[in-house]
Amino acid sequence: MKVIGKARRRVDGRAKVTGLTRFADDVVLPRMLHMKMLRSPHSHALIESVDVSRAAAYAGVHLVLTGQDFPASFGILPITQDEYPLVPEHVRYIGDPVAAVVARDEQTAGEALELIEVRYQALDTISSPEEALAKPEPRLHAYSELGNIHRLQAFQFGDADAAIAESDYVFEDLFFYEGNTHLPIEQHACVAALDGDGKLTLWSSTQVPHYVHRALARVLQMPASQIRVIATPNGGGFGGKCDVCNHEMVAGKAAMMLGRPVKICLTREEVFYMHRGRHPVLMKFRTGVSKDGKLTGMHLQTLVDGGAYGSYGVASTFYTGALQTVTYELPRYQFEAARVFTNKPPCGPKRGHGTPQPRFGQEIQLDKIAERLGKDPAELRLGMLVKPNSLTANWLKIGSIGLEQCIRTVVERSGWKQRFRKMGPGRGLGLACGSYLCGAGLPIYWNKMPQSGVQLLLDRSGQVTVFCGATEIGQGSDDVLAAIVAEVLGVDPQEVRCITGDTGITPVDLGSYSSRVTVMMGNAAIQAAEKLKAMLAEAAAEELEVVPDRLQFANGHVSFEARSLTFAEAVVLAEAKFGTLGAVGSYSPPRAPGRYKGAGVGPSPAYSYSACVVEAEVDPATGWIRIPKIWIAHDIGRTINPVLARGQVEGSVYMGLSEALMEEQVFRRLPAKLSRALVHKFPSLLEYKSITSLDMPEVDTVLIEEPDPNCPFGAKEVGQGPLLPVMPAVANAIYDAVGVRIDELPITPDKVMRALELKAAGKPARVGPEHFPAVPYPAPLVVPPPWEGGDGKEAKRDDAAAVV
Amino acid sequence: MGAFATPRAGEYSARISLGSQQMSRAEISLSVNGETVEVSFASYKTLLELLREDLALTGTKHGCELGECGACAVLIDGEPQLSCLVLALECAGRSVETVEGMAESWKSGAGLHPLQAAFADLGAAQCGYCTPGILLTAKALLAHEPQPSRERIQEAISGNLCRCTGYQQIVEAIEEGARRMADESHR
Repeated sequence: MKVIGKARRRVDGRAKVTGLTRFADDVVLPRMLHMKMLRSPHSHALIESVDVSRAAAYAGVHLVLTGQDFPASFGILPITQDEYPLVPEHVRYIGDPVAAVVARDEQTAGEALELIEVRYQALDTISSPEEALAKPEPRLHAYSELGNIHRLQAFQFGDADAAIAESDYVFEDLFFYEGNTHLPIEQHACVAALDGDGKLTLWSSTQVPHYVHRALARVLQMPASQIRVIATPNGGGFGGKCDVCNHEMVAGKAAMMLGRPVKICLTREEVFYMHRGRHPVLMKFRTGVSKDGKLTGMHLQTLVDGGAYGSYGVASTFYTGALQTVTYELPRYQFEAARVFTNKPPCGPKRGHGTPQPRFGQEIQLDKIAERLGKDPAELRLGMLVKPNSLTANWLKIGSIGLEQCIRTVVERSGWKQRFRKMGPGRGLGLACGSYLCGAGLPIYWNKMPQSGVQLLLDRSGQVTVFCGATEIGQGSDDVLAAIVAEVLGVDPQEVRCITGDTGITPVDLGSYSSRVTVMMGNAAIQAAEKLKAMLAEAAAEELEVVPDRLQFANGHVSFEARSLTFAEAVVLAEAKFGTLGAVGSYSPPRAPGRYKGAGVGPSPAYSYSACVVEAEVDPATGWIRIPKIWIAHDIGRTINPVLARGQVEGSVYMGLSEALMEEQVFRRLPAKLSRALVHKFPSLLEYKSITSLDMPEVDTVLIEEPDPNCPFGAKEVGQGPLLPVMPAVANAIYDAVGVRIDELPITPDKVMRALELKAAGKPARVGPEHFPAVPYPAPLVVPPPWEGGDGKEAKRDDAAAVV
Repeated sequence: MGAFATPRAGEYSARISLGSQQMSRAEISLSVNGETVEVSFASYKTLLELLREDLALTGTKHGCELGECGACAVLIDGEPQLSCLVLALECAGRSVETVEGMAESWKSGAGLHPLQAAFADLGAAQCGYCTPGILLTAKALLAHEPQPSRERIQEAISGNLCRCTGYQQIVEAIEEGARRMADESHR
């Protein structure tokens, strides 16, 4: 291959280093106005009245909007359309927007906000999952399943409890993963404007222009064909720009009403409160293990703190259990989950979406299992790996799996066998693995259409233009698109013009989330490019007097031995022969084998795998943790551009390490003499701690290439999977270093000190959750696994009774 | 190289006048990317706002406007400064360099400054949002220390947050940029 696998400057590299990449806040239009939003200072309250008269009369103000201007709700998932662009009557977290001012400049808009008078009737705040379980009232949402429990899920894939009870060893462990947020350096921004023809265009820093497009049509109650959403390159996303946002809806409405462009750029504090980040999750793992080190069954319970709205939460909750089966053979599996509403900023998807939390628990528990069985943690895992081309207990179809090679690679490169449990006091190694989707099998709204479409246009100049709805969020999706087209057509990727993320001119792609872009867009791009290649080959073959399939497309030429045309010459011949040259390609994932209700979350065209070894040094006097080095191997299927792939792996390791050691989106109550409202502890980039260049260890990255037949040139995802093993590997390394278990994140020096003190006092040297509250999980949906005669559907009631 | 002509002290001065709507306006002259610019603006504005809003130099980014993230770093008289914490008024008569001026400062025409080229080639820019601030911070470091150690580079950019890369490729690109600058200077 000429392009795939070669280290290259990314196609948008020049724009990014010259300041020419046009982010949303860089969009400036003539006559543009500026918007600010008034947000609730109460965690939970009813709005009694809103008086905007003084703000509306303020010099320089053009428009003031409130909840009364927006009759229609919206939400990212069809089943949770629970947000309004501006809240009409019930605010549910500090930051919930209640009014907006559009003015000649940001300063004036900000001044006018202070003139809006809102009277609230405060309600009791639900601050934690425990409170949400205990207090059905005041209820955040009428549609929730039970009181303040948003959603309950329960599945039984074989009788796991029976299998666990009969096992040689039973492990029961509680883990807690604190919430954290994406922290993209670019704050969310958008500009809405009416075109000359009266249609609405919205430029926005969004990962999902297609979903924003649908939501705008719903909220503005106008045909989607009259709306164009352009996703500007995102200055970092990580899931934080995956949701449909209030400010996008309000700016759209304001531009429609005023006939002038309207811009808003959120402040950093607003970004913290808008959140949609990692859900805090409490987990209980009961796992049965045989003497020879095989898993016999697992019963996982999760309690998920959703914050104030649905967001992606139903899917996130499924994901706290969906992927426990894809790494190690698990014959029986029971999974119960609950997501509760609390008066905090809504949680949603962050890199790894719902799966890093249970992966953290599972991989630490495996470390405990290995120690108890006297086995090496790497050997234990190698002995139980899922087989390629197999089905899991919950009916996921596994294709290629390069996890064995990942484990062997990091074990070898880290000197694991010589160093694990032998490094002396205060120093240790920890190992963990992970796996992630290469795109969610189903779209978030039910339809039978492709999940990605690509259109390709050639013209007689030799110009190659490719259109796709995929969104460039920094991960390099434009580069993947250009590389794939260039590989098929035999041109230089820098010659390909990418036009992406624009619902007005690009075919639909569902967006940059669930690590779906390389696989879905890539397959669609190959299809489109192959169609045009065939036409070029036919025209060129006539000219060169050879059979078309003998022609090589490479280095900007179409050739057979010494006979050769430039690519542009071949295009001219094909355009003369066939007319204007264009082609489309599209991609839909294969149908998943699971047929039960809930089987839609977890299936993917392929799964990526990673293994990681972390080295830790812990100062027993202070609990201070230093990470000198991390080794990671990622099964990427095939590398498209090694420069970018390595960047995705290292960026994932960085973010995982930052979550492991410091990041937390946490809240505190204001004193009673104030409002007792629940405020973010530190909504600032300085105090919300994240790793800097000084804290970041050396990362040894190896890409394992185990091409998957479902993927373009075999290429799997690389943007999210490599994050997953990092957090548990850190915890396991700290155990190796000082013999204490920290079963919750983040792992901070004070927790290490507490565990060391317990250890010194002869108590269990563990810090982590002690108690899992009673959750009214429903009777599980019983789905027999493939090896127990199942057919992918839930067992009929009679069968279910027989099984139970 | 990279050193723009700096106006002599006292050559320029700021004038502030009260506008009609209580909004006081200021007028200053400064050097931006080697060109003398005279600009009138609302006097409360920061250098960041002046550059982005009044001079249409949107290459300079903002992530917090509180001096926490480093995205808005520019060079003032050759030294890296957070433009969100500098009042535009303070820049009268001073020399400001932004990412838009980097290539020209190397006299590379339509080409790139060696640091920019190394960043593009080695994956140091993913989303590219923190990139302008880091490029200028690195440029200032290399002006003082043409061959810094890895530790010095990590220290120099420790005030610039990047959420994409994990910093490793950025540090390598600064090392590579330093090598390319040395090579090109010797040519």
